[in-house]
Amino acid sequence: MYATSYHRASSVGEAVNLRASHDEGRYVSGGMTLIATMKQRLAAPSDLIDLRHIADMKGVSVEGRSVRIGAATPHADVAASAALRAVCPAICQLAGMIGDPHVRNMGTIGGSVANNDPAADYPSAVLALNATVVTDRREIAADDFFLGMFDTALEEAEMITAIRFEAPEKAGYAKFPNPASRYAITGVFVAKTADGARVAVTGAGSSGVFRVAEMEAALSAAWSPESVAGVSVDPAMLMSDLHATAEYRANLVRVMAKRAVLASL
Amino acid sequence: MGMEGIGARVARKEDKRFLTGKGRYTDDMVVPGMKFAYFVRSPHAHARITGIDAEAAKAMPGVIDVLDGRQLQADGIGNLICGWMIHSKDGSPMKMGAWRPLAVDTVRYVGDAVAIVVADSAAEARDAAEAVIVDYDELPAVTTSIAALQDGAPQIHPEAPGNLIFDWQIGDGAATDAAIAAAAHVTEIEIHNNRLSPNPMEPRATLGIYDSAEDHFTCYTTSQNPHVARLVMSAFYNVAPENKLRVIAPDVGGGFGSKIYIYPEEIVCLWASKKTGVPVKWTSDRTEAFLTDAHGRDHVSKVKMAFDKDHRIIGLKVDTIANLGAYMSLFSSAVPTYLYATLLSGQYAIPAIHANVRTVYTNTVPVDAYRGAGRPEATYLLERTMETAARELGISPAELRRKNFIRSFPYQTPVIMNYDAGDYEASLSAAMQAADWDGFPARRAQSEARGKKRGIGMSCYIEACGIAPSQAVGSLGAGVGLWESAEVRVNAVGTIEVLTGSHSHGQGHETTFAQLVADRLGVPISSVNIVHGDTDKVQMGMGTYGSRSGAVGMSAIVKALDKVEMKAKKIAAHLMEADESDIVIENGELKVAGTDKVLPWFQVALAAYTAHNLPAGMEPGLKESAFYDPSNFTFPAGCYIAEVEVDPETGKTEIIQFVAADDFGNIINPLIVEGQVHGGLAQGIGQALLEEVRYDEATGQILTASYMDYAMPRADDLPSFTLSHQNTPCPGNPLGIKGCGEAGAIGSPPALMNAITDAIGTNDLTMPATPLKVWSALQGAAMPMAAE
Ligand SMILES: Cc1cc2nc3c(=O)[nH]c(=O)nc-3n(C[C@H](O)[C@H](O)[C@H](O)COP(=O)(O)OP(=O)(O)OC[C@H]3O[C@@H](n4cnc5c(N)ncnc54)[C@H](O)[C@@H]3O)c2cc1C
Repeated sequence: MYATSYHRASSVGEAVNLRASHDEGRYVSGGMTLIATMKQRLAAPSDLIDLRHIADMKGVSVEGRSVRIGAATPHADVAASAALRAVCPAICQLAGMIGDPHVRNMGTIGGSVANNDPAADYPSAVLALNATVVTDRREIAADDFFLGMFDTALEEAEMITAIRFEAPEKAGYAKFPNPASRYAITGVFVAKTADGARVAVTGAGSSGVFRVAEMEAALSAAWSPESVAGVSVDPAMLMSDLHATAEYRANLVRVMAKRAVLASL
Repeated sequence: MGMEGIGARVARKEDKRFLTGKGRYTDDMVVPGMKFAYFVRSPHAHARITGIDAEAAKAMPGVIDVLDGRQLQADGIGNLICGWMIHSKDGSPMKMGAWRPLAVDTVRYVGDAVAIVVADSAAEARDAAEAVIVDYDELPAVTTSIAALQDGAPQIHPEAPGNLIFDWQIGDGAATDAAIAAAAHVTEIEIHNNRLSPNPMEPRATLGIYDSAEDHFTCYTTSQNPHVARLVMSAFYNVAPENKLRVIAPDVGGGFGSKIYIYPEEIVCLWASKKTGVPVKWTSDRTEAFLTDAHGRDHVSKVKMAFDKDHRIIGLKVDTIANLGAYMSLFSSAVPTYLYATLLSGQYAIPAIHANVRTVYTNTVPVDAYRGAGRPEATYLLERTMETAARELGISPAELRRKNFIRSFPYQTPVIMNYDAGDYEASLSAAMQAADWDGFPARRAQSEARGKKRGIGMSCYIEACGIAPSQAVGSLGAGVGLWESAEVRVNAVGTIEVLTGSHSHGQGHETTFAQLVADRLGVPISSVNIVHGDTDKVQMGMGTYGSRSGAVGMSAIVKALDKVEMKAKKIAAHLMEADESDIVIENGELKVAGTDKVLPWFQVALAAYTAHNLPAGMEPGLKESAFYDPSNFTFPAGCYIAEVEVDPETGKTEIIQFVAADDFGNIINPLIVEGQVHGGLAQGIGQALLEEVRYDEATGQILTASYMDYAMPRADDLPSFTLSHQNTPCPGNPLGIKGCGEAGAIGSPPALMNAITDAIGTNDLTMPATPLKVWSALQGAAMPMAAE
């Protein structure tokens, strides 16, 4: 790791100001991605602005069916939230499947969504739940947020403060983990929302998380595992790597979609 | 056995410090003035070095010096060597290419060390290393053994034309060919043994300290055999004469073979300490460990197994190509030859065996012994072949094995080994019973009803431990003897120190060796200390690998204890005015048999040291040493059964049960033995399901250099194991011990692969059986399966 300066922000405003005064600075949340990247010397921010001590950005609140998860909320807290489990257990299950206990106690939803790793779990939930990404300056709809691998609609120095969504009628998540990293080789989040069924796939797409229109149509017509079992995804738009070929991933999208619907029942 | 003696389930003495974070590892060592090293390493798999410019790096903050291979060579530091000479079948010696501790003209794998930076802090050393400008002319690279042998393949060492190191054979080729020609059935199969990275929890580290006043070197290092390290560094690398070099291997956090060898880093740090005048410490990070720790396995073999009409094996022919990587590591030549092909008879009476082994240079990390070293490769090959043969012949795998078991001992195989004792039927029966083998068809039907594919597979392994009779290994090319040493020091107050040439890096010697003393003398293990790992404290020793510490290391302690006892009895007899032959040692006392005369152990020890009243002519003191050279290898064996369920939709394998039935000879501490088996099974299951080092064939870049891509087994990958023992004592050593350190890693991969191929109905599957591979196999599979 190269030398860096650490700042602990206690409010959103302070964090934004700190970030604005350091061109080469970066926000750090759980540090589960950023610190590892710095240790490998693949990133060298001059300053780190720590977001985990900003009270407004921590915790889960549920009012009726409206959910707000502060960006600096660790995965373990999402997994354990009884209020959230009551309205949307699928996202609690997803959070509980991320990495290992150390990672879940440090890593945060804001960091995960901002990073938009093509194999991360949360992007599928955010997209399938039609969530809103709340930042220090605006609100971004999930459909407009994820632009490609590690690429989002966030502007330079823009900070996610919360993720908001309306709890769906039904939702389920199924993940096939990479045997080495335990990130998703393929993860599928299905949600029956007010605007119809939404299906988002992570881990598989060659440009990150994506929706599967054909599955959504089938599920909007009939919410059952059989509806998605026959829908195939074109391997041409999927990744191939050491652990999975595009053809294998195409198969997993179908199988995980089926299992996600099953889990939602 | 007593509460703490041989056979007692004693908790490990050493675990208190390990579990409370108080182990003292090489990286924990701090000496005054100590500085830190970082190695500049090749980013290319194969390249010529055209220039090194370290001026900018030398000017960076905290930098003390940057040193390269030319300076090292000018100072007369020698090349790394392989210490086991193998001759090709045409009589020519193996073709060993030069391995310079710091590359001079050519780099041959990604990670090859080029220069060392010494600085005030590790971070400054690393910063400066990035500023060292090395000019490379890239050369084409080759990573697989098959490709390296092809015409026109990149030539890696001038000494080894065509990248062939040796072309060796063992056994009777003509007799084997005749058996195959006359066979009623021949099973043919190609076997791949995947390349593994050892991944000990503690990465390698070294601290080189040069003392200019005494012209003396001290080397702290993560070694499984500090004396061998000293010997090799003195005799071959010209670091310093032995009396001017102290090697200390303190607590070492696992080795699995990878810490047997001398690597460039300890040589370079010692030399750099003299050059710079400061102690130099280097600690590998995990990426460097993937890039530079010796890998294991990487064999490709063609097999023909011939059967007569009664399903008896009449011949076995094996043609193996072994990838040794970019340089010949210390024992690399022995692994695919004498540690491998000599075990090809397995548990079976096979009249004719022939194996041909070619070893090959490639632009990859050097390959050497890794947990099991050669025996896992032999076992995997044989047991996959046996299972395939059973399927082809349409008989049950158990029956085929039973038909061919060796049943009387000693048994001379056609490939050197002379098995001294065993009962293969006992382990097979025990394993089948524990696994409820007969109930499998019903369980399979249940799985099928749930849409899952269930399979069961066995493996009957044998291995050779207790390496090894010095004269025998000398005649086969070993550059060292493989005896072990011990010194038993009884202190004046009766407490005991045992100095052993074995080295514990997870095996629990501090407990088991103390149990032996407790058993013999009746003293508590808390009064016994095991001293190891420091060439200034301990007499010459050969270290720990090949499950030799029990069979060889403890046998040396037995010999030393015999001498101590004899002297103690003489003293006791003298003091109690009894006949020496009437003295017995029990519960920490020396007694005159049949009387109430008794002397506590400490009083005899005190008498030996006060020397006020010793038998006439006796030397004072109570301290004896011994060297033990084994008369044979030992032959642990057993039967493992795996039962799996495969999810056909994803190709994922779940291990439903894993049964291990082992014959380890006599057992000193069942708790530790079970731990060794558990660890070995985890590594073997890792090899079968998860682990593989992969290279990009075009560039020679390693693709699995972190845990993001190299899959280590985790607790949730493993079932609870069902263990049992069917022990036949080893007749070859005083304790009847065979060894248990590697069995789990040796026996488990074929059992699992036999189970998975049984589940999915194809023989065509290579390790690791990842979900991707199993699913792909299922897309194209359809093979007639044998009767259960
Ligand atoms: C061993 C291991 C296993 C893992 N397994 C999984 C897994 O199975 N599934 C999975 O999904 N993930 C996994 N992760 C990733 C982990 O879950 C983290 O969520 C992820 O690393 C990012 O979250 P973080 O809070 O640690 O972000 P950080 O590492 O702190 O930051 C990541 C990036 O986001 C930026 N950032 C952080 N917070 C904000 C914000 N509020 N606004 C704008 N930008 C921000 C940072 O500047 C940085 O660029 C794993 C990580 C590790 C180390």
